[in-house]
Amino acid sequence: MSLTDELTALLMPASVEIFLLVMACFILIADLMLTKSSKIFTYYLVLMTLLGAAALSGLTHVNDAQVSFNGMFVDDAMSDSLKWLSSLSVMMMLVYSREYLLARGLLTGEFMVLTLFALLGMDVMISAHHFLSLYIGLELLSLSMYALVALQRDSAVATEAAMKYFVLGALASGLLLYGMSMLYGATGSLELTTISNALTAGTANKTLAVFGLVFILSGLAFKLGVVPFHMWIPDVYHGAPTAMTMLIGSAPKLAAFAFTARILVEGLQAMVHDWSSMLIILALASMAIGNLSAIAQTNLKRMFAYSTIAHMGFLLLGFIAGGIEGYGSSMFYAVIYVLMSLGGFGMIMLLSRAGFEADNLDDFKGLNQRSPWLAFMMLLLMFSMAGVPPTVGFYAKFSVLNAVVQAGYTWLAIAAVLMSLIGAFYYLRIVKLMYFDNPETHAPINVGSDTGLLISLNGLGVLFLGIAPGTLMTVCAAAVKQSLLLH
Amino acid sequence: MIFGLPVISVAIWLPIIFGILVMATGDDRNAPLARKIALVGGVLGFLVTLPLYTGFDRGTSAMQFVELHGWIARFNIHYHLGVDGISMLFILLNSFFTPIVVLAGWQVIEKRVAQYMSAFLIMSGIVNGVFAALDAVLFYVFWEAMLIPMFIIIGVWGGPNRVYAAVKFFLYTLLGSLLMLVALVYLYNLSGGSFSIQDFHHLPIPMTAQILIFIAFFLAFAVKVPMFPVHTWLPDAHVEAPTGGSVVLAAIMLKVGAYGFLRFSMPIAPDASHKLAGVMIALSLIAVIYIGLVALMQKDMKKLVAYSSISHMGFVTLGFFIFNQYGIEGALLQMISHGFVAGALFLCIGVLYDRVHSREISAYGGVANRMPVFAAFFMLFAMANSGLPGTSAFVGEFMVIMAAIKVNFWYGFAAATTLIFGAAYTLWMYKRVIFGKIANHHVAELTDINARETVILAILAITVLGMGLYPLPFADILHESVSDLLLHLTHSKL
Repeated sequence: MSLTDELTALLMPASVEIFLLVMACFILIADLMLTKSSKIFTYYLVLMTLLGAAALSGLTHVNDAQVSFNGMFVDDAMSDSLKWLSSLSVMMMLVYSREYLLARGLLTGEFMVLTLFALLGMDVMISAHHFLSLYIGLELLSLSMYALVALQRDSAVATEAAMKYFVLGALASGLLLYGMSMLYGATGSLELTTISNALTAGTANKTLAVFGLVFILSGLAFKLGVVPFHMWIPDVYHGAPTAMTMLIGSAPKLAAFAFTARILVEGLQAMVHDWSSMLIILALASMAIGNLSAIAQTNLKRMFAYSTIAHMGFLLLGFIAGGIEGYGSSMFYAVIYVLMSLGGFGMIMLLSRAGFEADNLDDFKGLNQRSPWLAFMMLLLMFSMAGVPPTVGFYAKFSVLNAVVQAGYTWLAIAAVLMSLIGAFYYLRIVKLMYFDNPETHAPINVGSDTGLLISLNGLGVLFLGIAPGTLMTVCAAAVKQSLLLH
Repeated sequence: MIFGLPVISVAIWLPIIFGILVMATGDDRNAPLARKIALVGGVLGFLVTLPLYTGFDRGTSAMQFVELHGWIARFNIHYHLGVDGISMLFILLNSFFTPIVVLAGWQVIEKRVAQYMSAFLIMSGIVNGVFAALDAVLFYVFWEAMLIPMFIIIGVWGGPNRVYAAVKFFLYTLLGSLLMLVALVYLYNLSGGSFSIQDFHHLPIPMTAQILIFIAFFLAFAVKVPMFPVHTWLPDAHVEAPTGGSVVLAAIMLKVGAYGFLRFSMPIAPDASHKLAGVMIALSLIAVIYIGLVALMQKDMKKLVAYSSISHMGFVTLGFFIFNQYGIEGALLQMISHGFVAGALFLCIGVLYDRVHSREISAYGGVANRMPVFAAFFMLFAMANSGLPGTSAFVGEFMVIMAAIKVNFWYGFAAATTLIFGAAYTLWMYKRVIFGKIANHHVAELTDINARETVILAILAITVLGMGLYPLPFADILHESVSDLLLHLTHSKL
């Protein structure tokens, strides 16, 4: 084999990441050369980069999983589909937030480069197959995020949110690292397959491994934002500029899913009984506290924050159930959640104007009278979040519930549906505000053609996927089957 | 087949497509156009369901007009539709009421007309889907989707306390439905991967599981019927809903819950049904007697009819759970008749409300002096609500009482009290509203019903009398399916 062939075999699996890295560096420099009036060029360049990354992750798809960089990196069906979706959702976030950021002077080169680095971090997390690469990906994502939240320097709330995010995020990373080091001590490796083999063979020190697991799980719970490690979520969601909240609340959830799946399922499958019983507590507490606290909120971003906590609890149910059904349904849930979350935050930005944030519940009063179409889109999104058919949110819940019942946890399914009933109440309240109340202001809503088209696609997508959810479900199940269970 | 398209699909999707068209007419500047399209859609939607009746084979209990296509392969979910004697008439009933509610809201609704009309059309299609679905997930999708338009109808065009009523309505029904979803998923896993309702019918289930499944279904269906003690949302929803909403609630929505008992609870969990029949009968009789007495005390006409509906639906569930041919057939006839009668009564109250803007009985008196034609129609429907022989209500009530006496004299005795209470609360209300001296200047200024209102009420009057005098065309359809259901119920599934 020639040197070029070897290099290709080594680098091809990571082509998306390499492309993103090169482009991010190029844009960082190119942006400095541009005059203020031609800055918008950077924006389009970033969009093209994202399009390229999405195309690359589709084009370089091969049927077999390819491991490279000495087992640190894997390119398989799950990573391809999740990277494709992540690029797409970051792209949607940029389109949604262009006007919002322009009005606030935040559409700067730094913003865009940091966004690209955040995406790079997610992609590394998605493809990592080694504790080191997992950690590097996570830190790349987190550090970019801290900076993004703090980007609005003159805003005290944003700075406070960034500070909180940073301190708690660092603590979580510490916990994670500590757990990883314990597992290293127990198994003698940082590579997931080797860890898994050592644990299965029983050569590992069980006590140490369980301690490591507890720390890793706490770190994961921090990053996912599930109870009792959820306190940063509402403050960060609320304090950050809405565009950043949207970024935090969308694509990283896909990465977090992959991260959790790689560690728990690929690495620690042998300890499934230990971690699934811990997850039951985390999931139940998240659904209960998330849904109940969301009811009390008057700020929409805070409400979405608590609803995220509840949704992440629901997502964990799939991990508890296990198997292709379980992990596949979790992945499907994550994808659908991202789609709905983008729409929800997108709507807040559409209604916001320069110097005015439409992030209070009251700002949605009488939306049906101001703009029936936008109200209808929001209605679809809210019913989807509540899990009411014919929207796709129902199928996300349905497939998770099915997996849970199949695994024999019928009581857990009953608990979960009762919690979603509580959840339905606050989503319903938004519909109530939009349709039943009179508007407080008659200020015209100026929707750009790009954002208008996107929100329509987003809302109708939720409906269309609800009518034909089969393909996406199959894709998720196939991805999980190839990536998690055949190693 | 209609124009090469399968009948049931057309019955479901035609109103929905018209609903979208109506919504597309936009704001109230185009209201006249929206009304016309809605009426065309409603009438066409009814006409396309007629082949279901004319082409129906009365000699079999099998599903007819079946459509079966793959939908979500991963969970073996199908787009599976079909009707039998139990469900077919309800599709007709539902489609029949759609043009009527469109007409009923013709002048009264002035705000957001297109949205109002479109909500009713879309709901009409969805409800047809509920009655025709033979796949459990398809059923569930239609079942839940039904809530969205109704929630909007009550909340946007309802009375002063509409928001409370709409949210209560939604959450109450959602609670029951979600537990049903868990039961359906459980059955899917038990059956080894099928969501076909007919497969569930033949699935052996242990007793404990049957009882839990029965309870889950009970919560979903009993809330919709509504049965005592989960009936409290109905008076609120009825009172606050606009006239059209009340009509659809009474005529259609309540029937969906009762239909669920026959399609799901009883055939899927027959042993549990037998075991819990005593409880069901007790709850039914409480509804008949206690709610009948509650109705007597009402000051608000809509509330009175709402309680009367609960009481009449108690009759229906009583008929189901005494497990004999007369009982179930009588209950089904009672459901259809109650659809016509309660719908008509709400329309009558709507006629008065549109003129005086009050639903209080005490705000009226001597209406007959100003509105003689209306008073005559109202009289007929009031009599029908009391179960007078010759009206449609008598047929079903008589059959259920007869069947109940066969099982246990006291069941029949208790059920028969409805004839007294029903007459008491309906006719007493009628007397206070219609007869006597002209009570106040509002009543003095009343004008009799116009052509539009006359047409609506006349159609309903003819139906109520026709069904009362010659019920065979309705009873005929039910016979085979009910016999087959009863046969099925005699086999244990343990």
